Amino acid sequence: MGTVELRFSPLPAHVRTARLVAVSLARRAGLDEEVLDEVRLAVGEAASRAVGRHEVDCPAEPVLVRLTDADGLFVAEVVDRAHGSASGTDVLLGPVSQIADHPADELPAGFDLAVIGGLVQDVSVEVGANGSVVRMCWPVPTAPRRAAVPVTQSRSPGEPAH
Amino acid sequence: MDLSLASRTEGDKTVVSVGGEIDVYTAPKLREQIVQLVEEGHYHLVVDMEDVEFLDSTGLGVLVGGLKRVRAHDGSLRLVCTQERILKIFRITGLTKVFPIHSSVAEAVEATG
Repeated sequence: MGTVELRFSPLPAHVRTARLVAVSLARRAGLDEEVLDEVRLAVGEAASRAVGRHEVDCPAEPVLVRLTDADGLFVAEVVDRAHGSASGTDVLLGPVSQIADHPADELPAGFDLAVIGGLVQDVSVEVGANGSVVRMCWPVPTAPRRAAVPVTQSRSPGEPAH
Repeated sequence: MDLSLASRTEGDKTVVSVGGEIDVYTAPKLREQIVQLVEEGHYHLVVDMEDVEFLDSTGLGVLVGGLKRVRAHDGSLRLVCTQERILKIFRITGLTKVFPIHSSVAEAVEATG
């Protein structure tokens, strides 16, 4: 499949587009249907986070979603270019259940990353002064081996059988 | 895909039926509906999510916000959901401890407390 890149203006309406493209490619890569739900939700959360960061800092810059199928992995990277230093909440949180103990008026900052962390086993977040990258990986199931098919030799008409 | 919303009264509760996808784009519409209902004096809400096809953390935030609004009036907010794909995000976030989740509107309407 190679790599597919999607750039879009940081508008909430486009987050669904990112989800649809990611799921379409993940399905083509061979991920199970149950895993596709994880891809849909995780990519959506990462894209929503990126849109939110761009809306505040750089609304004219596009958000980038890069989707790659290689080396047995389906990889989704959501890249934003929002400036700002890494904050304590901009990391994958640990036990998300503790959030339920303090239900604020809305959810605390970083909750989107907490959801991703709870969904995806192989995820990393790199935050720098010029933006951040949320990288999520899913193993692509290997195709089942075909059973060996016996090959019989064909003979031309008139050729005696041995 | 747009979000569909419809509300009706059943017993002493107001049932909000939600359909479609609840995400960063559509969640504000659900928030507006909940805010409006509370302003109109509807403090015991049942949110029927059986026709919801997608829910993310933005949607969860709206539900949490709605819960706090009704609780300020000693009200309640219950959910109806049997879809495993939707229940999963509640489990991951631990919000199953926060929201009563029922398997039918009838059960949610009959529930007290």
